[in-house]
Amino acid sequence: MTETPLLDVRNLTIDLPRGADRPHAVQDLTFTLEPGEILCVVGESGSGKSMTAHAVLGLLPKAVKVSSGEIRHQGTNVFSLPERDQRALRGGRIAMIFQEPMTALNPLMRVGDQIDEVLRYHTTLDRAARRARVVELLGSVGLPEPDHLRRSYPFRLSGGQRQRVMIAMALAVEPDILIADEPTTALDVTTQKQILELIQDIQAKRRMGVMFITHDFGVVAEIAHRVAVMQRGQIVEIGTAEEVLNHPKHPYTRQLIAAVPHLIEHREDFTRARQPVLTAEKVCKTFHIGGGFLTPGRKVVAGDDLSLTIHQGETVGLVGESGSGKSTLGRSIVGLIKPDSGRILFEGVDLLSLSRPAFRPYRRHVQMVFQDPYASLNPRHTVGDIITQGPVAFGEDRHKALEKAKALLKLVGLDASAAERFPHEFSGGQRQRISIARALALEPKLLIADEPVSALDVSVQAQVLDLLEDLRHRLNLSMLFITHDLRIAAQICDTIAVMQKGRIVEIGPAKEVFGNPQHAYTRTLLDAIPGKGWTIPEDVVPVTRRSAALRSSA
Amino acid sequence: MPRIALFISQRLVKAVFVVLAIAVFNFFLVHAAPGDPAAVMAGEAGAADAKFVEQLRQQFGLDRPLYEQLGTYMSKVVQADLGYSYRQQRPVFDLLVDRLPVTLSLTLTAFVLALLGGIALGTLAAMRAGTWSDTAITVVGLTAYATPIFWIGLMLILLFSVNLGWLPAFGTESIGAGYTGWEAFLDRARHLVLPVTTLGLFYMAVYTRLTRASILEVRDMDFVKTARAKGLPEWRIVSVHILRNAILPVITVAGFQAGHLIGGSILIETVFALPGIGRLAFEAVLQRDYQVLLGIFLLTSVVVVVFNLLTDLIYSLVDPRIEVAP
Amino acid sequence: MTAAAITPSRKGAGFWGAFARNKGAVIGLAFLTLIVLMAAFADVLYPDSPWDMTAMPFQPPLSDDALLGSDTLGRDIAAGIAHGARVSLLIGLTSTAVAVLIGVFLGAVSGFYGGRVDDLVMRFTELFQTIPNFVLAVVLVAIFTPSLTSIVLAIAIVSWPPLARLARGEFMSLRSREFVHAAVTTGQSNMTIIWRQILPNSLSPIIVSASLMVATAILLESSLSFLGLGDPNLMSWGYMVGAARTVIRQAWWMSFFPGIAILLTVLALNLVGEGLNDALNPKLARKGRS
Repeated sequence: MTETPLLDVRNLTIDLPRGADRPHAVQDLTFTLEPGEILCVVGESGSGKSMTAHAVLGLLPKAVKVSSGEIRHQGTNVFSLPERDQRALRGGRIAMIFQEPMTALNPLMRVGDQIDEVLRYHTTLDRAARRARVVELLGSVGLPEPDHLRRSYPFRLSGGQRQRVMIAMALAVEPDILIADEPTTALDVTTQKQILELIQDIQAKRRMGVMFITHDFGVVAEIAHRVAVMQRGQIVEIGTAEEVLNHPKHPYTRQLIAAVPHLIEHREDFTRARQPVLTAEKVCKTFHIGGGFLTPGRKVVAGDDLSLTIHQGETVGLVGESGSGKSTLGRSIVGLIKPDSGRILFEGVDLLSLSRPAFRPYRRHVQMVFQDPYASLNPRHTVGDIITQGPVAFGEDRHKALEKAKALLKLVGLDASAAERFPHEFSGGQRQRISIARALALEPKLLIADEPVSALDVSVQAQVLDLLEDLRHRLNLSMLFITHDLRIAAQICDTIAVMQKGRIVEIGPAKEVFGNPQHAYTRTLLDAIPGKGWTIPEDVVPVTRRSAALRSSA
Repeated sequence: MPRIALFISQRLVKAVFVVLAIAVFNFFLVHAAPGDPAAVMAGEAGAADAKFVEQLRQQFGLDRPLYEQLGTYMSKVVQADLGYSYRQQRPVFDLLVDRLPVTLSLTLTAFVLALLGGIALGTLAAMRAGTWSDTAITVVGLTAYATPIFWIGLMLILLFSVNLGWLPAFGTESIGAGYTGWEAFLDRARHLVLPVTTLGLFYMAVYTRLTRASILEVRDMDFVKTARAKGLPEWRIVSVHILRNAILPVITVAGFQAGHLIGGSILIETVFALPGIGRLAFEAVLQRDYQVLLGIFLLTSVVVVVFNLLTDLIYSLVDPRIEVAP
Repeated sequence: MTAAAITPSRKGAGFWGAFARNKGAVIGLAFLTLIVLMAAFADVLYPDSPWDMTAMPFQPPLSDDALLGSDTLGRDIAAGIAHGARVSLLIGLTSTAVAVLIGVFLGAVSGFYGGRVDDLVMRFTELFQTIPNFVLAVVLVAIFTPSLTSIVLAIAIVSWPPLARLARGEFMSLRSREFVHAAVTTGQSNMTIIWRQILPNSLSPIIVSASLMVATAILLESSLSFLGLGDPNLMSWGYMVGAARTVIRQAWWMSFFPGIAILLTVLALNLVGEGLNDALNPKLARKGRS
């Protein structure tokens, strides 16, 4: 390409403050962004991808400084510009959208006024013209009734709508460059699909350069023209989407791609034997949110006539978007939530009919693995304590329990010495292993896994999934696996139940549900999976997951 | 605006309940007061023979069961009858109404000044966080926060009235000066300078701290980053995006704490000899005039409830998310 | 992820390291130690009762028989300050302890059980927060006659609501944390969960608030005794200022020095409280500075 690139980043190095885990946030970074292309910057958390995006707009936190290199916008070095011109660039020529649409808008200002602000400071339009432009922008990002919506406050809008407002705001003065920092990570798949389409559409129409930051190779496959892969502050590989996705060269890229969950894994059909371990029958639960004296509050139906069975050795996946009520069922089974009606039978006994003391013995048979590895372990207890507290509560001898805990730690791929350490000394993946060991300490028959990998990076995600898969075979566990990610469900579940607005809309063997979905919503969900058109290249060794689990150091 | 109407009516109902609860509490305090109320009353009236006590007991229904007495008491409270002070030979309610204007003008002025000053200083400190001006504001604030207000009052009198002779130390007006119109107003204002400063200083320190902390918190929020990414000038980011969001919680807390100012006025009015509710409370304490003391307790509580209502009203006009408030 | 990357690691800094980084806190602690020593050795420094006449009345400071002057009845101001330190610290600490007990208990119950219990407790707390707290303290002490017990209880009764709200907030947020859910699902009893899982994790903010509350309690006590509602048998700083109020024109030192004693004690406690905050809640502290 001979024309000047829109954005030309040369040897950019950003220093972290002293005492951070490494000296540089990014080091010696060089890349370009051409007009009319979407460049995806991919990396795991801490790779410096966000920092790079913030540096372009001059939005770095105070403690962090650019120490060398330059960022050129159409040939001019951004750092050499006076503050005034930099400001004109921000929001004028380069716009940015962020990850969290819920917090990215000023809660006390009408959304129209927030867009109007951009026009006021970057154009000479008068009031009426600006107003017309705001309405036009809101319409162009697919928001309904733009003239009415203009006057809404952000709290009235959904996450997807807010992200659209952010995009409208970014487009206000037709910038050359859009920087999108994980703009769909906080959204549900179906919303993600719409937003991705919107970004693609706008980019194509206006020939903008888009720098799209993401951790998800599915999203990359969906929209990227070129891809840069970042690891610990450096670009390890950069090339066209075709090259990087289908012929990855760098080992790290290959490792990341290998860890991407495949949609269809060829699972054998599960054969159900004898009595189910757990049967849920017509479980209903409605939450009343807010409200009080004089105000009725809002009703949220989290469970409407939920029924399913789990047999011995079976993994049932409960799949749905946020707010679909998928966690409610899991929490009802372990007794964290009391449903309004219905029955939950464990080996024939209705758990819901039991009094607290009568329920207690059943607790040990049903254990739970939680979502957030940073919140699920008490920071003030040693790992050994955390794992043995359950057995000790059920009357086991402390020493015996500790011996067993050490054996369990080995089983989940950690060293026995971990028992003496505190949770903060471990990484997210390792904590999740500890959490699994805690659940196993009571020798449960049924494991409820509530989004156990959604807070982890892809490569770690794969290892933890392998561990769960391995354990359930070895220990002949039954599992209820709750997730929002169909790709993950496809990998680990025998049976899939799809939830929408508190109802199970479709339930059946994984192969059936994925291969031949019956319900329209299931089809929408499947259709929304990012990167479904891309097949992971054969030569990227689909790491025999089992062994990965064993040598893991997550 | 039915949403706001609903919100306000909700708060009104709540306020009524709070006032009633305080009245009940007050009733039990009367009964917890040492000695037989009738004997105390008789003592206050200057007669102590058994017959008179018995007569009083019947007259005030003190021989009735407790719940009946509570009923009588409550119906009296609703009719603004707070009992009779034998010491002062006047109904308690009349005494209070006489004294209320002085206290209200003192506390309201102090509150408004403290709030304005606190927000200004807190903003300045937060905007210059880490510099010497921030340190200076923080240190002065911390000191003001640690100083007993009655002592500040005395020291200000020592400095400005005794040593420098700039400002009057006691009372609300120069007695016998015969000022009228504008002069009289100025004279009264001059008398209020020291008390208002004393009362306001402490709360200014409180609001400064609150504002500073709130701004530092809001400053790091995502929507401020959005505003930066939009390329807005710094002053606009500060005034429209940071300040508006940061000051709202300060006003809430300040409104909520208004009751403390009224408490402070007891000390201030004692130090500066202002004929307000606080001074009345001090006299009532000295004379063990429980009727008056409890009347003050009830009245100041009601004032606070009304004040909280006003805060809610202002809040509901400023914050669009009001329906999510508890 | 950015936040995590730029957060300097605090490992190894330890409690004292973090505390000592706050210079004010160290100065405050030094002051506080001095005041505690003064209180402890008041009997040695000034063996006579602080109520005794030991000098001529109205002696200015630095006179031979009274370092900080004497009051209207010839009592030594310095002796009063030394003995008053005992009263201030004693009342400050005990009333805070009582307030912490009431507040944390109510807050814990409210936050842990939620629902109707929470509603009830919170309405009750709000009621107490609406009542002007100093007025209530005055009424309570006046009605139950001034004594050490009535003063301590009155201060505790007007001070607990903020603690209850704090404890409730902590318990509520911890209650919904996953490690507490994990404790429930692994069969631990409510008592174990409250004592072993939740309480230790909610302690830091409570300790910080309590340390600041000691300061407020001392201010309240001095205000009460300034109004003549102190324990008549105990010499206290507030009483000394109150008694000297009417002679401020002739004898500034009588009210000046006791006031300084209150100021320094309360300031020292506030500084120590902020230091504790830095050391125990590093996240909040970072926000406050930088």
